[in-house]
Amino acid sequence: MSSETIVDIEEPATEALPLDSWHRARGGRMVAFAGYWLPIQYEGIIAEHLWTREHAGLFDVSHMGQLKLSGENVAAELERLLPGDILGLAPGKIRYSLLLDEEGGVLDDLMITNRGDHLFLIVNGATKWDDIAHLREHLPDEIALNYLDEHALLALQGPKAVDALARLGLTPAMPGVPAVEGLSFMEAAPYLWGERPLGISRSGYTGEDGFEISVRAEDVEALADALCAQPEVKPIGLGARDSLRLEAGLPLYGHDLHPGVSVIAAGLGFAVPKRRRAEGGFIGAERVQKELAEGAPMRRVGLAIEGRLPAREGATIHTGSAEVGTVTSGGFSPSLSAPIAMGWVDAAFAEPGTGLEIEVRGKRLAATVTPMPFVPHRYVRKGASNK
Amino acid sequence: MSRYFTDEHEWVDVSGDIATVGITDYAQEQLGDIVFVELPEEGRAFAKGDDAAVVESVKAASDVYAPVSGEVVEANAALVDDPALVNSEPEEEGWFFKLRLTDTSELDGLMDEAAYKDFVAGLAD
Repeated sequence: MSSETIVDIEEPATEALPLDSWHRARGGRMVAFAGYWLPIQYEGIIAEHLWTREHAGLFDVSHMGQLKLSGENVAAELERLLPGDILGLAPGKIRYSLLLDEEGGVLDDLMITNRGDHLFLIVNGATKWDDIAHLREHLPDEIALNYLDEHALLALQGPKAVDALARLGLTPAMPGVPAVEGLSFMEAAPYLWGERPLGISRSGYTGEDGFEISVRAEDVEALADALCAQPEVKPIGLGARDSLRLEAGLPLYGHDLHPGVSVIAAGLGFAVPKRRRAEGGFIGAERVQKELAEGAPMRRVGLAIEGRLPAREGATIHTGSAEVGTVTSGGFSPSLSAPIAMGWVDAAFAEPGTGLEIEVRGKRLAATVTPMPFVPHRYVRKGASNK
Repeated sequence: MSRYFTDEHEWVDVSGDIATVGITDYAQEQLGDIVFVELPEEGRAFAKGDDAAVVESVKAASDVYAPVSGEVVEANAALVDDPALVNSEPEEEGWFFKLRLTDTSELDGLMDEAAYKDFVAGLAD
């Protein structure tokens, strides 16, 4: 093959994020992910995973897309693109939702925050350019869409995250905003760290209490240093991010979710509230309403696997001689010291407790359909005890 | 006893016609936390380059190839209960299997320790 041919098919170059050299200096092993260099691990996935469950882990998720939507009736306009209740989203509140195509297939999952004068969206890194194109295509020209490409995004996750963050001495940047430890799960507010503005939400992707912090690129290194100077906090790589979210039963776009699957089948019906179910009026509503009425042919399920051999993405799921599904995420659970998986199976085999088999290298592993999360969520909600 | 290395990051200790095979410290470091090792059964015959074992880290499964041809005479039972031995003692207690060599001339194609060190040094991280 000539070198010209190779150049023609070469992928776009992997880009460096604002914390690139910070990760390298701290011994992060960098891999290409969603078009960027990110650390897969520092000291080891299991140690980082367990540290996050017991203390607090700092994740660089700056590859994700941070978008601002503003303009008249922005909530109503966005509701035409997704099944969530955005009109009813009060200022300072966050909602999980999904972008759907005409057939009801999932284009992405995302978080939407009502920031008062605009909506703030966090979308997946690998899909952000397609999401921007989709939003632009379907939103009226009067709605402004800004991609905050000069902002980094950090996630501070774990039961001690609140102690570490509170120690930075942040001040609310708006009247009526509580101290950062006063935020409840799925609430967000603006803060100042000295002079530096931070957009902080109590949310995350690990099943633990924690925060996500939108920060200007020029401030992110100082913030990461200040957080990692706290005794509770260590930097954590993508490997543990994946094992943590799998234990938490949270789907990963591009693996457990993709345009071939629907919201209801994915078990994400909580993201389609009553009004939207009844009224429809969003792209893909027909599929959602049909599956709400008739059920979906396939379902996303959790699978507990006997023995120690993990089943990976792509492994087929069987009952006797019939193939009834596929694993879409699988690995070893550091918290449970056992292999766990997420997959899609025929609806007839989706009931918790159903015994199935997963094929790995010609062997059949015994697996049981299990309710998710595999490890209980420990979100901090208002009125709930923190301890 | 002499120790040889392969460009697939395996080490081979040869004593008489018995070769003990494991993965190198560099390999375990690259794989990360190992949670499962699938070992070959005694009596299986491998040609050089055959898939002989599988090592599963938290994030992925990787094949271990037979570095030389031979018949499996023993697999390391300790790895079944404690796969993390491959991380903690990759070039000692964390060995994978022992082969009875069928063609000792294949050893000539392997690296010695100095050559392997150079090989690893030349790899981009």
